[in-house]
Amino acid sequence: MKALIAAAAVLFLAFAGASAGVVPGGTAAITVVLPYAAFLTLIAGIAWRVWWWAASPVPYRIPTTCGQQRSLPWIRTAPIDNPDTGVMAAIRVAIEALMFRSLLRNSRTHIAAGRLELSEARLLWLASLALHWSLLVILLRHLRFALQPTPFFVPPLDALDGFLRIGAPSLLITDVLVVAALIYLLGRRLVNPLLRYMSFFTDYFALLLLLGIALSGIAMRYVAPVNLVAVKEFALALTAFHPVVPAAPSALLLVHLLLVSTLAIYLPFSKLMHFGGVFLSPTRNLANNSRRVRHINPWNRPVPTHSYGEWEAANAEKLKLAGLPLDEADRGG
Amino acid sequence: MADRPVSDIELKAPKGDWRDAHVELRKGTFSNASLPKDLIALGLPNPRKWQPTDLDWQLPPDWKGILLRGMRERLAKYRSFRLFMDVCVRCGACADKCHFYLGSGDPKNMPFARAELIRSVYRRYFTLSGRLFRSLADARDLTEDVVKEWFYYFYQCTECRRCSVYCPFGIDTAEITIIVRELLSLIGVSTHWVTEPAANCYRVGNHLGIAPHAFKDALDFARDELRELTGLDIEIPISRKGAEILFVMPSADYFATPHYYTLLGYMMLFHEIGLDFTVSAYASEGGNFGLFHSNDLMKRLNAKIYEEAKRLGVRWILGGECGHMWRVLHQYMDTMNGPADFLEVPVSPLTGTRFANAASTKMVHICEFTADLLYHEKIKLDPSRNDEYVVTYHDSCNPSRAMGLLEEPRYVLKRACNHFHEMPAKTIREYTFCCGSGAGLGNDENMEMRLRGGFPRAQAVRHVREAHGVNLLACICAIDKATLPTLMDYWVPGVQVAGVHELLGNALVMKGAKERTTNLRGEPLAKETANA
Ligand code: SF4
Ligand code: SF4
Repeated sequence: MKALIAAAAVLFLAFAGASAGVVPGGTAAITVVLPYAAFLTLIAGIAWRVWWWAASPVPYRIPTTCGQQRSLPWIRTAPIDNPDTGVMAAIRVAIEALMFRSLLRNSRTHIAAGRLELSEARLLWLASLALHWSLLVILLRHLRFALQPTPFFVPPLDALDGFLRIGAPSLLITDVLVVAALIYLLGRRLVNPLLRYMSFFTDYFALLLLLGIALSGIAMRYVAPVNLVAVKEFALALTAFHPVVPAAPSALLLVHLLLVSTLAIYLPFSKLMHFGGVFLSPTRNLANNSRRVRHINPWNRPVPTHSYGEWEAANAEKLKLAGLPLDEADRGG
Repeated sequence: MADRPVSDIELKAPKGDWRDAHVELRKGTFSNASLPKDLIALGLPNPRKWQPTDLDWQLPPDWKGILLRGMRERLAKYRSFRLFMDVCVRCGACADKCHFYLGSGDPKNMPFARAELIRSVYRRYFTLSGRLFRSLADARDLTEDVVKEWFYYFYQCTECRRCSVYCPFGIDTAEITIIVRELLSLIGVSTHWVTEPAANCYRVGNHLGIAPHAFKDALDFARDELRELTGLDIEIPISRKGAEILFVMPSADYFATPHYYTLLGYMMLFHEIGLDFTVSAYASEGGNFGLFHSNDLMKRLNAKIYEEAKRLGVRWILGGECGHMWRVLHQYMDTMNGPADFLEVPVSPLTGTRFANAASTKMVHICEFTADLLYHEKIKLDPSRNDEYVVTYHDSCNPSRAMGLLEEPRYVLKRACNHFHEMPAKTIREYTFCCGSGAGLGNDENMEMRLRGGFPRAQAVRHVREAHGVNLLACICAIDKATLPTLMDYWVPGVQVAGVHELLGNALVMKGAKERTTNLRGEPLAKETANA
């Protein structure tokens, strides 16, 4: 049900994009007004969210340790999974961000006939990695449109991406990976009963939105090629703040633009902000050295305690009876 | 088999809508409510007589406001809370990692589902999208049913952090549980098995409420027993000023079995190496049930350790075998109640090893201390005295996932025992499965849920029992020692539970001691070792 609502929402957006060309002012709205608004929202939204998280205090040092601590010099430690210094913790976070270290640990637990079995489960890791890296490469490839001269790293990236040389224009690996990963991630949400139980509208919407963007983009390359020179002119004008409304943009381009803008607006306020978690999570980005270096809690405050004096006064008789030493005598009281 | 409360462990596809907050409090799956006397002793809000099965929980009139203000306050105080309310993508990597989900099949025990129970409320009251689009944002109103649901599921989490190991964002459901329990305690919703030990610890000095004279009796009794075992007079100094080291252990070590044999082990070791130490009648508890209630209560109970160290004038502190105790000592104590600038950086008086890893907190784990002794050949062991045991090791959640104390106990065990086998790799070390009874859940009324939660751990033990004939599960945690025997009897009969220092005590060769004919439990040593 939630998946259907999300699909309807994305289809509606796509339809709105496709039909914008026939509405007066529609093209201008989608090619000029919306991209600027979306970009602004994206930047401001991310900045605000990251600030909101980063501004909060970290009262305790609570890394989740995933390996041997550093204690005695002759014991082999796990310097990255149980970092002892800030630098090692940063490396831990980097590996988490670049390689999805924790997802790689994943296993599946089965219970059958009262027996518990654990098996490897690497697909989620693989799909997530493929999705995120492909998105990054695709984003960088798009700089070809937005910057003049084209950044030096884009042509080799393009070449690498298309090294399979299948078809013309040659098939880009990232295009295939993105679509495959998105379909897998969607599929598991629908097929795995545990995930279906806990999947929300936003989970489906985010995946379908990305899928819509990927498919409209791919269609412009392979199915109904657009005039790349015109697109580049349009995009350059946009980035140079001299926007020109394109004369007769293809409906696909409008759909693509509308969906990307929607993503940009949606992202800061959605679960797609999850990357913040990788960098800011106190269970990952802190060194496990709380016994070696004192961690300061900025709001540490006094609490009522039962002091030794009160305790001794309350237990004086019992202490004397048991022949245990009292401070009372020392104090002469 | 009708009397077996748990026999139907299987994982079925979840039914229904998770947003439905109604829970059925089934006998055997929840803990009794706190008693008014304990809340009064601790000065905690809303003391009253009630039980979770009551229709009316007698919440304070403004309970909703209290909870929401409490959430707002904690969102401002904890980055962990603020972040973990936002960043879950529901990837499900943590779903089947929780022993309570695996043992109960209840989908709300999947860590990310557990967290959604409060996240949905967070979205409803603290985010724009939740306020605008309730159901599309999966936001839920805070109702009394939600309070009951929180009580049920956040007291079905042992704060073990296993889910956090697998989460790509390090989301630690234990952290969320700590905060929700803290919130619930603001309206007087907490459990007896947490607040009674905490109240005892606060007033008397330890969880079990053992008064100073009974504390002394228990240690005198140990002295007698040690005399019988070894022929040596092994004194256990209490509250002795000027000792070099303050030794702090969980109170179960001197009042419960099989913990007690671990106590004997420590004391034999300290005697053998001539350690200048003292225990304390005031700080007679290293454990800290405050952790299972609220950070404030944790801090209040923990304060006496430094206070006592200062009063006695010791140089540094040594801590016994206990899991959650070490979570507090390692990750919280120095921050909460430090700086311990009146103590010195711990140095082993025998080996001269400077424990730089404890340079600020000044507290060393007994396994670190003993491993160092063994490495430097400062004590002699006769592992054949443990030959009747085929041993495996259960990593307690806190030392493994909140500290990384993995090798030290293994080093001691492998030196003290001839037969040692590890459980499967994905069930030990940082992946260890919880005993299912930690975080204040280890009471009798909650037995069914404990047996369910302990099922994955028991399964791994069963695996090595079948493969290698393992008959002893070693551990370094007081809660483990209290609850694993029940778990083993139920799922893997024939496996005993022992502390690492009990096995060390068995093997320890002591100067001037008479020949050992029994182990610390008083059981005759295996035949072939009688003449060793
Ligand atoms: S592993 Fe982390 S991100 Fe994934 S569902 Fe669990 S808590 Fe959420
Ligand atoms: S901390 Fe442990 S008990 Fe709690 S949800 Fe995570 S895995 Fe389950």
